[in-house]
Amino acid sequence: MSDRTAAALEKFQAFSARLDRLPRWTPYAVVAVLAVAAPYLLSSYDLNLLGRFLSFAVLGMGLVLLWGHGGVLSLGQGVFFGLGGYCIAMHMKLSDLPAGELPDFMVWSGVTELPWWWAPFENPVFAVLAIIAVPGVFGALFSWLVFHRRVGGTYFALITQALALAFATLLISRQDWTGGFNGLTNFSNVFGFSFADPATPRGLYWVTLIILAACFFGLKWLLSSRFGVLLRASRDGENRVRFLGYDPANFKIAAFSIAAMLAGVSGALFTLHAGNISPALVGVVPSIEMVIWVAVGGRHSLIGAIVGALLVNFARDRISSAFPDLWYYFIGGLFILAVTFLPNGLSGALDRWRGSKA
Amino acid sequence: MIVPPMNSPLLSVDGVTVDFDGFKALDTFSLVLNRGETRVVIGPNGAGKSTLCDTIIGRVRASEGRILFEDADITHLPEHKIAQRGVCRKFQAPGVLPTLTVSQNLELAAQKDRRWWRALRQSIGEEVVSVVDETLDRVDLTARRAEPAGLLSHGEKQWLEIGMAVATGAQLLLLDEPTAGMGPEETRRTAELIRDLGDERTILVIDHDMSFVEQLQAGVTVMHQGKFLFQGDIEEVRKDPEVAAVYLGHTA
Repeated sequence: MSDRTAAALEKFQAFSARLDRLPRWTPYAVVAVLAVAAPYLLSSYDLNLLGRFLSFAVLGMGLVLLWGHGGVLSLGQGVFFGLGGYCIAMHMKLSDLPAGELPDFMVWSGVTELPWWWAPFENPVFAVLAIIAVPGVFGALFSWLVFHRRVGGTYFALITQALALAFATLLISRQDWTGGFNGLTNFSNVFGFSFADPATPRGLYWVTLIILAACFFGLKWLLSSRFGVLLRASRDGENRVRFLGYDPANFKIAAFSIAAMLAGVSGALFTLHAGNISPALVGVVPSIEMVIWVAVGGRHSLIGAIVGALLVNFARDRISSAFPDLWYYFIGGLFILAVTFLPNGLSGALDRWRGSKA
Repeated sequence: MIVPPMNSPLLSVDGVTVDFDGFKALDTFSLVLNRGETRVVIGPNGAGKSTLCDTIIGRVRASEGRILFEDADITHLPEHKIAQRGVCRKFQAPGVLPTLTVSQNLELAAQKDRRWWRALRQSIGEEVVSVVDETLDRVDLTARRAEPAGLLSHGEKQWLEIGMAVATGAQLLLLDEPTAGMGPEETRRTAELIRDLGDERTILVIDHDMSFVEQLQAGVTVMHQGKFLFQGDIEEVRKDPEVAAVYLGHTA
């Protein structure tokens, strides 16, 4: 080792020792300050990206509950993301129109009357409730059917993947109801706030940040509650839990439904930031990408899910703008690397590093 | 509360047949267990001992016959409902939850209300805490209560799981090979623990370690090829020529 590298190493060690002397909450405080300062530091383009990716993180935290702590791998989170996204998009479509008129794509498809299930979305309160309730109820019904039949593991993952495929196919094939392949887009305002006003994107960022924080603390509470203990117990010893007199299916159904609701909220927030929702965002491939965010960040850790969602998606933005064709090779490679070398993601690696120092 | 008299049947297995695609793991098998009784079921490998346990807790379903617990038919109840009525089993391979601490394992067992939404709270009831403390003391794991159960030795895991079965407050404990993988000293202490428990609970033990069975000082039922073969105390079992023939591998 040359003197220069030895000196550099020493400097690094001194630096890391100094870091260790800081209070434990320091990193959280730094992140909180950065998150609050972001709207004043970032360009409007980057702030928009950050908002989208923080929306994704809400979905990612749902996967931490379901996959990390419940041991249930879902390859169909895109479905619930889509349900939430379409709920808010339908509202925005209707609120843009003069009373009695139909959205443009319906007119082009020869529809003459608004489908009955579109109509209530004109009401903003209904739309907001639907963002949570539609994925939640659908997730509860679906998981009730599957878990009470004791379907689990790989079979469950495959069923959810089939669900994602079916949902995307349905959206594309019913162009007259859903806008088909193009999805829903061209929104002028949400709840009366015009997207043309520069204050609106900033407000959206705050809303996203607050919702993310609320979901984070809510999930933290849930995971440390006895429910969390039982969920992990069902993951590690389903039979033991069952023969202690619990029904493990109920804990999984609850976790799946909560993850579905979070995915719905995530989809709605994303739609607001991105200005569109389409089948390309909800099918098989996006659903797998969602799992990869969490695998990279660490599926047992809420913070890991947030970091994973941000890291993978910023990488995606940079890589796919420079080399549009390379992204899928990159994310495939990333997944293999994460599974092989970091089975518990970045947060697991960090824990191990801390453990080896202690 | 009216306490039912001792010596009234708590569990009746009544002519139960379990058919695995033509192979009869249990063949019109019957057994009656009175309240407060400890019974050992022995038999050569494949005699159907574990299947008997599986059938009582609902993991395997009887194709014929029925199972009564406290005079109610439990033959077709879902597993967790059977457990809720007061039947708890210790599995052959220890089934403790490795990532939870020793106390958490017992807390799950001691919890009386097992509906999922009742778990949406951080605190643990006083009643549960006292059951956990008592059980920890009983199975001698108080010093290790905060450790993950996965770190316990094999014998300690067996004790923890017996402790979990006890902490559920179950009337009937099914202990499937509780001394599997234990040395003589651990086996002796396990026998002591079970004798101690036998004063207040009804216990069905499955084993084939004869020295352990002797230490339990309980009635013995011998099974062979899914059928009832013999019943008596350990001396009678030893002397019976039919039992000897089965254990030596001859057909009687």
